[in-house]
Amino acid sequence: MDASLFLNAIAAGILLGGFYAAVALGLSIVFGQLDIVNIAHPAFIVAGSYLVFALNGGFGLDPVIAGILLMPIFFAVGVFVYRVYYAAFERTGRESLAGLAFFFGLMFVIEVLFIIFYGVDYRLVEADYIGKQIEIGLVGIPWRMLVPFCAALVMTGAIYLFMSRTFLGRAILAVSQDRLALQLMGADPVKIKQIAFGIGIATAALAGALLIMIGPVEPTIGRLYIGRIFAIIVLGGMGSIPGTLVAALIIGLSESIVTTYIGPSWAPTVAFGFLLITLAVRPQGLFGRL
Amino acid sequence: MRFFKQLVLAIAALAVVVAYSPQVSAQSGKPIKIGFSMALTGVLGAGGKSALIAMEIWRDDVNKKGGLLGRPVELVYYDDATTPAKVPAIYTKLLNVDKVDLVVSSYGTDVIAPAMPIVMRSGKVFLGLFGLDVNHKFKYDRYFQIMPAGPNPAQDWSRGFFDIAKEKGLKSVAIAGADAEFAQNAVKGARANAKQDGLNIVYDKSFPPSTADFTPILRAIQATNPDIIYFGSYPANSVGIVKAANELGLKAKLVGGGMVGLQFAAIMKNLGPGLNNLVNYDFWVPAKTLKFPGIEEFLKKYQAAAAGKGVDLLGHYLPPWAYAYMQVLGQSVEATKSLDDKKLAEYIHKTTFNTVVGPVKFGKNGEWATSRALMIQFRGIKANNLDQFKMEGTRVVLKPDTVKSGDIMFPYKK
Repeated sequence: MDASLFLNAIAAGILLGGFYAAVALGLSIVFGQLDIVNIAHPAFIVAGSYLVFALNGGFGLDPVIAGILLMPIFFAVGVFVYRVYYAAFERTGRESLAGLAFFFGLMFVIEVLFIIFYGVDYRLVEADYIGKQIEIGLVGIPWRMLVPFCAALVMTGAIYLFMSRTFLGRAILAVSQDRLALQLMGADPVKIKQIAFGIGIATAALAGALLIMIGPVEPTIGRLYIGRIFAIIVLGGMGSIPGTLVAALIIGLSESIVTTYIGPSWAPTVAFGFLLITLAVRPQGLFGRL
Repeated sequence: MRFFKQLVLAIAALAVVVAYSPQVSAQSGKPIKIGFSMALTGVLGAGGKSALIAMEIWRDDVNKKGGLLGRPVELVYYDDATTPAKVPAIYTKLLNVDKVDLVVSSYGTDVIAPAMPIVMRSGKVFLGLFGLDVNHKFKYDRYFQIMPAGPNPAQDWSRGFFDIAKEKGLKSVAIAGADAEFAQNAVKGARANAKQDGLNIVYDKSFPPSTADFTPILRAIQATNPDIIYFGSYPANSVGIVKAANELGLKAKLVGGGMVGLQFAAIMKNLGPGLNNLVNYDFWVPAKTLKFPGIEEFLKKYQAAAAGKGVDLLGHYLPPWAYAYMQVLGQSVEATKSLDDKKLAEYIHKTTFNTVVGPVKFGKNGEWATSRALMIQFRGIKANNLDQFKMEGTRVVLKPDTVKSGDIMFPYKK
């Protein structure tokens, strides 16, 4: 076996997995912990890409910095969207089907807004490091993939620390486990959930920046990622932050290795096959709790 | 005297009627409705929307001259979102509810093929916009494809690419195509050409159109050490491939082939020097050999109309052909003085049309009688500059020889 090919396949898989983790992280909080099927999450990611494109093209801002700057705005949007969702569906107990329709509708609205304002042409960003790579021994690492990987790792670590070390983070975990118990402790579950939803949407801003660094974006491109994102969340164990990262790395690695040695068209089959086998053996996912 | 006065008044009235008659009749007749679905959103939305602008320019040009058969032309269209499943319902509605007089296709193989059974059932003439080898299985004698792929489209499409390989004495080829209708047709033709030329196929695999990173694919290809790499890819794939190829320093001698998207202004501008020396298909580029009557005037109109609409700003790739397939339809209606599909089909089969993309003559299967699929090479591209693509020389026509504008820079990367 060619050692260089193998090591590069592993490196590419890890980098790709890091990117997948960034894309899935927000939905892991919203869907995995809050039980809200936000099918519009990829559309928020694409919205992040477009706004990063605007900041990159208009002010020459680095895509990652632009993504970080957009996070508070996305947080506020997330809080607002949750308030609407809560008032219209969750409060009345109609969140299952009507809520799903709401997020489908939201996805279409976001897509159409970007079609109206930006058209349907492909958008890309520019940065000095895009198109270059570093060589470490036999392994070549493109900056276009390394920067998203590092950004994803930092974001995942920060969310994990927030969730495990702060009162608010623990309250979010509590609301996902026992809403009534949290209420009895004097905390307002709705406020906790709106903050958690806001954090989930805030991650979409940075994920959008990473998406447009890797490839061109058009308003409906987020749909391509829906299946992969949900697969990662389920595989990782609904709502587990470390689980999301590990699952994303597994999917990224399996895609890269299968692409290199068997053929690219088998990559999704093997990745989803791995998901099915894992769920058969461990229904709660890798890091999930029953 | 009274009779004389009446005669003068009658002549004056007649003169007024004659002077204004074309305009009056054009605006007063029942509109001729031309129906189609169009990829206005989705993967091919960027191209589809630019095609629509070109079709609207044609409609306005025709209506300014009095319409067709003295009747104004109206376009009736729906967004198919580049989703094949939506297409049959759209054409059923166009034909049965909107009662359109004529139909043309959406943009792209994937959304033309699903319309075929519906259109064939109605017996309508069907002009196609950039469908690769769509009629291969349908064998519909009223189908006409404006894309100049040639009589054997799947193979003719990439023939120029493999002719270059042959001239350079290259021996081995890697083929990679997206898992979708167009790309699979393109790689099928490439495979046939490679076999015909006795090339050793060292890699032949498909990839999902949603592939996010092409580095593993290119490394796997690089490991087989091919002389030639032929890609059949969609815009997002093509960008990923070019970026990964430059990062890796791909060592093959001839790279490119059937990569959609590398003709779009925004993508060319962003990829910039990364495109240099890549050899890819195209259908029109600024070159002395491709200056046809009306093309520059059309491009001026298109570029003015496209500004600020978030579509391709140059309009070199698809819009001239979208205008041309409407020209073919319009010229046929005027010549036959009819909307009868049988008469129109017979006329289109036997006629050479003068269009903004040059003379168009269809063969028996509705494809171009002779291929004019270009193989162009990106040359001397600088970073972040769109205007350079308006000039001759940044995209040099290598094939076919009849419209060649320069020689190849070889190999792909030194």
